[in-house]
Amino acid sequence: MWGHLWRTQLVELTLNTLALLAGVGLGTFALGTALGWLVTSYEFPGRRLFEWALVLPLALPAYVIGFAVLGLLDYAGPLQSALRSYLGPGAVLPNPRAYWGVVLVMTLVFYPYVYLLARTAFREQGAATLETARVLGRSRWQAFCQVSLPMARPSLVAGTSLAMMEALADFGTVATFGYRTLTEAIYRVWYGMFDRIAATQLASFLLLFALVLLVLERSLRGRARFVQSQRRGLDVQRAPLTGWSAAGAVVGCLAVLAAAFVAPVSRLLLWARDATAGGTAAVPGFGAALANTVLLASAAAVVTGALGLTLVYAARLQPAAVVRVTARLAGMGYAVPGSVIAVGVLLPLARLDHGLAALGERILGHPVGLALTGSAAALVFAYTVRFLAVSLQTLDASLLKIPPTLDDAARSLGASIGSTLTRIHLPLMRSGVFTALVLVFVETVKEMPATLLLRPFGLDTLAVEVWARTAESQWTEASIPALAIVAAGLLPVFLAIRFSSRPR
Amino acid sequence: MRTSLIGSVVVLLVAVLALTLAGPAPAQGPEVVVYSARHYGQEAAFEAFTRKTGITVKVLTGQTGELFERLKAEGERTPADVLLTVDAGNLWNAGKAGLLAKIDSPELTSNIPAYLRDPDQRWFGLTVRARTIMYNSKKVTPAELSTYEALGDPKWKGRLCLRTSSYIYNQSMLGTMIRRYGEPKTEEIVKGWVANQPVLINGDTKILEAIAAGQCDVGLTNHYYLARIVAKDAAFPVTLYWANQATTGTHINVSGAGVTAHGKNRANAIKFIEFLSSPEAQQMFADLAFEYPVNTQAAVNPVVARWGKFKQDDVNIAAAGEFQAAAVKLADRAGYK
Repeated sequence: MWGHLWRTQLVELTLNTLALLAGVGLGTFALGTALGWLVTSYEFPGRRLFEWALVLPLALPAYVIGFAVLGLLDYAGPLQSALRSYLGPGAVLPNPRAYWGVVLVMTLVFYPYVYLLARTAFREQGAATLETARVLGRSRWQAFCQVSLPMARPSLVAGTSLAMMEALADFGTVATFGYRTLTEAIYRVWYGMFDRIAATQLASFLLLFALVLLVLERSLRGRARFVQSQRRGLDVQRAPLTGWSAAGAVVGCLAVLAAAFVAPVSRLLLWARDATAGGTAAVPGFGAALANTVLLASAAAVVTGALGLTLVYAARLQPAAVVRVTARLAGMGYAVPGSVIAVGVLLPLARLDHGLAALGERILGHPVGLALTGSAAALVFAYTVRFLAVSLQTLDASLLKIPPTLDDAARSLGASIGSTLTRIHLPLMRSGVFTALVLVFVETVKEMPATLLLRPFGLDTLAVEVWARTAESQWTEASIPALAIVAAGLLPVFLAIRFSSRPR
Repeated sequence: MRTSLIGSVVVLLVAVLALTLAGPAPAQGPEVVVYSARHYGQEAAFEAFTRKTGITVKVLTGQTGELFERLKAEGERTPADVLLTVDAGNLWNAGKAGLLAKIDSPELTSNIPAYLRDPDQRWFGLTVRARTIMYNSKKVTPAELSTYEALGDPKWKGRLCLRTSSYIYNQSMLGTMIRRYGEPKTEEIVKGWVANQPVLINGDTKILEAIAAGQCDVGLTNHYYLARIVAKDAAFPVTLYWANQATTGTHINVSGAGVTAHGKNRANAIKFIEFLSSPEAQQMFADLAFEYPVNTQAAVNPVVARWGKFKQDDVNIAAAGEFQAAAVKLADRAGYK
């Protein structure tokens, strides 16, 4: 199998994957940082609205944005059709099913990770830092390049590496655009050649990339440890933009929002209108699916959050290499395609389950079924494996900013480790903790492959409802549960923004 | 903050545990448990089965590859009685992996033609989907079309839309071609398509839209995607052409079912599949999903009937699975992405 892959495509797929990572990394970094800086340090019409609206694309599953953007830019789409009728039918227009199309979509989908963390970082730097730089004779731009940006580096790198890990694990978008990556090859080998062993080996190969990403992230963060002063002081005095620059800021924000949120949601709304046009569009079991989704996502968020906090805190208390490396490795599930994680969770769980069942049969003397395989607990476990990185990265970036001298002060005043955490660190990390919970919640709401594989009978979620329809190209019918996913994601995103905007 | 955090963790874990325990509750009355990778236009048939027999149908839907893994991992303790999936290659692989039991049912053998079921009687085709040539009726005349092979003719250069070779229906099509023609000839056919620089589009519906918009003039898709569009928009400028009528017949594939090797309700499972092959259920499949019934006593949907009768390639559909891996490798060698 490897001989065949090597001869035919392995080099091409590896290069494609690397190119994708580079493109998505640069794209999300640039877009997320620029937008984060724009809304925290400048004043322009609509800024307060844009500040939270720019997070909205987070609530949309990547496959929805991908499908909508493709529909918009495709040959048969409205944009190219209009251009052709203007330029004449012979006009050759670029085909979006190419590298640039995938990078564009993934940048639009994943930039909110960088934006969210960048915005928090820039806000938390407060006015004093920036003003000191200004007083020392730096222009706003110089202050940004020489002070704000380097100080925000841990957050920016954390956000960008999350985006890149997402890009590595993504299957839906690359499949929609016909862009061949290693992830696509995993499915091709697994489904097409029914060679799970080779598929698993390919997945391990993919993990190497994730490992390189981690090392890169560490070295990019460098040895730099920027801590914030205990009192943040005043908020940054935003410089007002006027004239062309104000217009540019507004148009830029609008364009991003239009492509990453308004277009996909309008597409869904139009489909929903079609779906309801023929009478009732009642989705059977819709209410239960919504309830299941919210319950599972909350459980995943809390479990993942608690575990993430334990890991980053352990690393702070005991900064031995083994602890730090363990915490890092625990987050690698994020770079692995969901289906691979799902099977990876299923197999050991099933073994354990068979062992338990055999034990039960010996004790009770009659056959017992499997209790863990296909249970909600297994599902939450899989979500934790998959999304731990999200909570780890967010909490780590947030905890790093708290000066260690605070720990020392608290401990020397007689506070225990536990009360230092609850009374000093957690209040200071408040917005980081909230962001971590929300990100995992939203990710879980959107998650599809593990949910499909591991859920118990009758436990359908919104993502399952969407999948059952899109798998048969029934996009019209899928629109209503898809909109519900967006709504279920929007609420916590909105809350997170309100929460982190609140003056302390 | 910490106590409330721990409190909410406990509450959530209890709730999740409750969900878990509520899941596999002991069955009340007769039932049949179905793992289904097919998820459209079948609920009505399931309900009809329950009305008729009093047997409850419990369904877990999922993606084929993952359902296989779950079935395998659950082994002899699986709750599943029936595996229902699309594509003959998938069915063949389930049979080969030992997931399905051999079934002796005169009713199934008389309802379903031999080439649409497993020679070893482990799986049975239930609906037929044809993968054939679609063309823009304003730009192409049927006289220009003949066979799949002929789409490699240079006159189609830059005018052909194909789905990628990762798509299972393409893999199965190539699999049956390998059985018919052997690998060298099949590879030559695929190379012919590749030489015409086909536009690769993921999604049969998207291919039909691309043909309608003029991005390409011909393409290969499953027939029911066109049926769904035409049922809503009769003026849609794409028409179906039955490929290879003078030679081997049009390539077809099936959705089908088998009884699991370790199911607890085997008698109910057989009854269930027999019912799905009966004219009553076959009619529902045809009406709801625009597929061709395997049981010739059921009538085809009027939307589909307008395309007339056609000659199906009657090579045993098991070839799709037997040669699937070879087909994927062949596509890789031929540069068909």
